Amino acid sequence: MDILIAIFPQVLVDGIALGFMYALIALGYTMVYGVLTFINFAHSEIFVAGAFVGVEVLLTLQAWGLLQDLHPVLLLLLVLLAGMTMSGVLALAVERVAYRPLRAAPRLVPLISAIGVSFFLQDVIRFGESLWRNAFYLTYPSIPFFDQRIQLTAFVDVPLKSLVVIVAAILMLVGLNLLVHRTKIGTAIRAVAEDQATASLMGIDVDRMIALTFLIGGAMGGAAGVLFGIQYSLITPYTGFIPGIKAFTAAVLGGIGNIPGAMVGGVVLGLLEAFAASYLSLLTGGAFGAEYKDIFAFSILILILVFRPQGLLGEVVRERA
Amino acid sequence: MLEVEGIHVYYGAIPALHGISLRVGRGEIVTLLGNNGAGKTTTLKSISGLLRPHEGQIRFEGMRIDRLPPHRIVAAGVAHAPEGRRIFNRLTVLENLEMGAYARTDDSFAENLERVFTLFPRLKERRRQVAGTLSGGEQQMLAIGRALMAHPRLLLLDEPSMGLAPLLVDQIFDTIRDINSQGTTVLLVEQNAYMALSIAHRGYVLETGRIVLEGKAQDLIVNEEVRKAYLGM
Repeated sequence: MDILIAIFPQVLVDGIALGFMYALIALGYTMVYGVLTFINFAHSEIFVAGAFVGVEVLLTLQAWGLLQDLHPVLLLLLVLLAGMTMSGVLALAVERVAYRPLRAAPRLVPLISAIGVSFFLQDVIRFGESLWRNAFYLTYPSIPFFDQRIQLTAFVDVPLKSLVVIVAAILMLVGLNLLVHRTKIGTAIRAVAEDQATASLMGIDVDRMIALTFLIGGAMGGAAGVLFGIQYSLITPYTGFIPGIKAFTAAVLGGIGNIPGAMVGGVVLGLLEAFAASYLSLLTGGAFGAEYKDIFAFSILILILVFRPQGLLGEVVRERA
Repeated sequence: MLEVEGIHVYYGAIPALHGISLRVGRGEIVTLLGNNGAGKTTTLKSISGLLRPHEGQIRFEGMRIDRLPPHRIVAAGVAHAPEGRRIFNRLTVLENLEMGAYARTDDSFAENLERVFTLFPRLKERRRQVAGTLSGGEQQMLAIGRALMAHPRLLLLDEPSMGLAPLLVDQIFDTIRDINSQGTTVLLVEQNAYMALSIAHRGYVLETGRIVLEGKAQDLIVNEEVRKAYLGM
């Protein structure tokens, strides 16, 4: 029993860090869905692209011997900026090339296009890195500053990088929520989400607002990619799939199309996973190990969605008369 | 101010307008009459850029606008309050009005807002309310107010009286006359032909995508065919 209590804060922090990572990725799905009612299945690769740009920046700085010289916070900001720029621009390009021409096509068509883009980007990243570094499994260089452990209680310490993930994610989520709900551009995005034709009659450039949505969602995904790399170190071109599916699940769980919902859904999913991973085996005397965490987490998700199909914070969409 | 010359518009392969021509002069209220499906809404949508004519031209203040996207046409000075109100249900009243002024880059927002709140005091009371919770009449006021926020030189109104109680219809038409007397030119589509002709200067009658009759409002209102077909007399 003692051990259950002793590890609790640790598991809590791990779960929240994981959850905010999901939340940041989920934003890309949920914003695009909110505006276009379309699931951008290539978003998991947009996330990975951010992670790869992050590792490239860090490896380059390391090669130049600058990794130790730069202030860690400056370093973090630099890497985040690079990852966000890459992923944001990539999302913009994908929208322009693979989705915009299909906007009038039946729903399934852009969905298939998205899946195609997803595979395409995986292999482009693999090809590029193979050519450049002769390897496409890359590890983030360790930054000692972020690896140091913060003593929370007498028995519990957590790595600083987990706290960095949480703080960075909260700042971005709050900023984005302010942008969408407190600015004219944000109101215009919501107007486009509700009724594109009428939004255009207001003088809103609908194409530009949709592009902006992809840019923002992509940039958040890129930030998540960099934070993922710093947190878990190993990345591959195929790394995006599982976090992508889980972030999408988090978006649906929170109520897709809803920004605070992505945050809530992400954190709930992250906590379920972290607790299942740590406690399942302890509580069942080893009958179920940590590898059952996904079954446990997703069973609970299915239960929640059975009783709240619109998601935790989702609203029941009114049909227009 | 507005010249529409021989426009043909299709919905897919189905023709909707067969060469409509009309003009609206500065300061006028012009109304389009006709049954459902005659092409009134299609004409307005073509002017505001939601539909693109296959043939013909539309000019606003001498500039061709029939190849421009809707947001550019708004910026040029044409606002369209579409059929069925189409207010943004999930935005507040104030946010809807802000969107109406989206195209305006000058600092006229406060002034235009004041004007709309003077015309529709009810909107001022409800400005923090989510628009989807307004009554039908309030939503119609919001739809017109939102179009006015662009401070357009030409206002396109599609069925502003639809679904409203008679008392409110009177109020809406009084408002349209006020807006016009303050200098806004109005092109009005209306089922209620009698009301429309009573405030309009001129009118056009559409039938299956063609203009079959045009004239001064006071002539149309006594015209035998118009009386039979649209005024129920």
